[in-house]
Amino acid sequence: MDLKLQKIIPQLITVLVVVLVFGFFTYNAQINMENRGIDFGYGFLSQESSFDVQFSLIEYDGSHSYFRAYLVGLLNTILVSVIGIIFATILGVIVGVARLSPNYLINQFAAFYVEFFRNIPLLLQIFFWYFAALRALPLPQDADAMLGVFFLTIKGLYVPAFIWENLNVFLNSLIAAIVAIVVIRIYARKVQETQGKQLPVFLISVGLIFILPLLSFLIGGVSLSFEIPKLKQLATTSFIYEGGVSLPPELIALTLSLALYTATFIAECVRAGIQGVGKGQKEAAASIGLNPNQVLKLVVMPQALRIIIPPTTNQYLNLTKNSSLAAAIAYPDLVLVFAGTALMQTGKAIEIVSITMLTYLTLSISISILMNWYNKKIAIKEK
Amino acid sequence: MFKYLKQLTSLVAMVAMLFTFTTETMAAKKSKTLKNTQKKGFVRCGVSQGLPGFSNADAAGNWTGIDVDVCRAVAAAVLGDANKVKFTPLSAKERFTALTSGEIDILSRNTTWTLSRDADIGLTFVGVNFYDGQGFMVRKSSGITSTSQFKDGISACTNIGTTTELNMRDFFNSKGISYEPVAFEKADEVVAAYDAGRCDTYTTDKSGLAAQRTKMTNPDEHIVLPETVSKEPLGPVVRQGDSVWEDIVRWSLNAMIEAEEYGITSANADSMKTSDNPAVKRLVGAEGELGAAFGLDNEWSLRIIKQVGNYGESYKRNIADTGILPDRGPNELWTKGGILYVPPAR
Repeated sequence: MDLKLQKIIPQLITVLVVVLVFGFFTYNAQINMENRGIDFGYGFLSQESSFDVQFSLIEYDGSHSYFRAYLVGLLNTILVSVIGIIFATILGVIVGVARLSPNYLINQFAAFYVEFFRNIPLLLQIFFWYFAALRALPLPQDADAMLGVFFLTIKGLYVPAFIWENLNVFLNSLIAAIVAIVVIRIYARKVQETQGKQLPVFLISVGLIFILPLLSFLIGGVSLSFEIPKLKQLATTSFIYEGGVSLPPELIALTLSLALYTATFIAECVRAGIQGVGKGQKEAAASIGLNPNQVLKLVVMPQALRIIIPPTTNQYLNLTKNSSLAAAIAYPDLVLVFAGTALMQTGKAIEIVSITMLTYLTLSISISILMNWYNKKIAIKEK
Repeated sequence: MFKYLKQLTSLVAMVAMLFTFTTETMAAKKSKTLKNTQKKGFVRCGVSQGLPGFSNADAAGNWTGIDVDVCRAVAAAVLGDANKVKFTPLSAKERFTALTSGEIDILSRNTTWTLSRDADIGLTFVGVNFYDGQGFMVRKSSGITSTSQFKDGISACTNIGTTTELNMRDFFNSKGISYEPVAFEKADEVVAAYDAGRCDTYTTDKSGLAAQRTKMTNPDEHIVLPETVSKEPLGPVVRQGDSVWEDIVRWSLNAMIEAEEYGITSANADSMKTSDNPAVKRLVGAEGELGAAFGLDNEWSLRIIKQVGNYGESYKRNIADTGILPDRGPNELWTKGGILYVPPAR
């Protein structure tokens, strides 16, 4: 037989089988739904949702559409994932490095942390942080102000709201500072490559990021004032804070548990990465006269990152998907708002579950693409 | 030899199948659910994950409650034994999918009968076994005694996927009060969060409030406000498209209510066979051919009354004696000032 044909036939069969299986399920679902008098369609997305959501990043109430409710849930999922990833990364790197510390107390403490948190199911940890926090936090009327303006209570963390004047001038100055830093870095690298001279790039960067925004306050007409939360009485023993921004305890508990849990895995990735760099590399770097900081920055980290990034990407994906456990503690994420309330009110199970699955898939693939791009960027460039 | 044995058994099996097919009644042929239930030998019933008085499992896994009794009544009517029920605990969110996908055959889980649920999503409501309404619970110490004392910024704990979420919005909107909805997936978490002080008020059906109050750390510290903000007729639900099964469930419930009306109880059911009242005689299977229409025998309702009891017995056992709602309120017979009124079984 033709060699080309031999190669194509198994692939054709595979595709055919996949299409048939998929078709079979679709056909079955159609028949079953027809038998039970359920109609299929995405028209409900534009209908009025008529339920409210506790916490939303965009303007929303029950008079908006189901699609808007979907966006509310999606944004809340992204919010908790992004905050979770940032905290998990910071904590993970610190703990990972701490595990390699020569100080016995520090490395044992780090090891204990990792073993403790990664071996307890996440859902239990979420319940623990949520209900423990609810039991431990004071009622609004009993809360003491932290730094005079923050109030951590059972009903949430109340922080002052920023009230800006000429916010755009401030933002422009911030952008200008960042652009200036990038330009200076490129210039500094050129100077180093051509003349071997090193410029104090770090100090200049820090200076710029502070001085330019500061100037915008002094001469750009920017002003900032704070709206401090005030206690308001609802009934004899029931109080809330008004004004300012309130972060619900559900968000705090969820972020905390996701970050603490995922950080243990990231810590292990970091430890593996650093230990994966050969000892000879460090010794060679030291022998050509680099100081310990430069050894870490120029020799160890670039090589360690190549080992750290791929497994850490997995952890970022896990964290994003685990955020769907939010439904257990009333944080209005995509699963609670859309695959929960909206599904119940409309009864459109197949439609809503398919949209939700597709959304998580898209989120995860976006993170993957971003991390793969970063991974490629730091990979060994063969010249 | 073995080859022939195999052929022989398959022949016997085929004959047996033929025999069962011929003895099957018309109704059973029409109702796939009834046929499957009889074949399996148990009724598949969806209940709550634990609501005292309605559907609640004890430590040994025995389910009790008035919602549970509806399923037991169907089992008694169809299979002759009220204990032949397989209970599936479901969250509010899962319940309709479980029913429409065929995982359960009756959903008896304090479910509110509404137009959109009945018409839209492939469900049929067969009746009402509890007339309820949404209410609010607050801490006594708050000094609130009426919903008119609610103020802007109040936080309300509730379940997702219930009519409660929608009614809550209607209520607060009509009063022009801004509120913070805190919606959990499971009732236990709602109670725990409210109990800890996360919310100022806990809102759900009043029967649910009364039942959940018993789970609080200090039940006496909480009161249910007098206002009822919605109509919540709760009842059993079946899948659309099997009218015989629908009728069986509907009339199993109706038989319990009518039995109370005629004073037939689990204790006196057998002696009622000699009653002078034809309506009573029909209900205990001593007259008429009521069961035939569903493909059941004539003593289907007698078994319900003997094994499960009439509606009043079920209410007393599950709701009144447990201290949840000693007063029957609207759930009293129409002859005694309530609104329980069922079509006649004849």
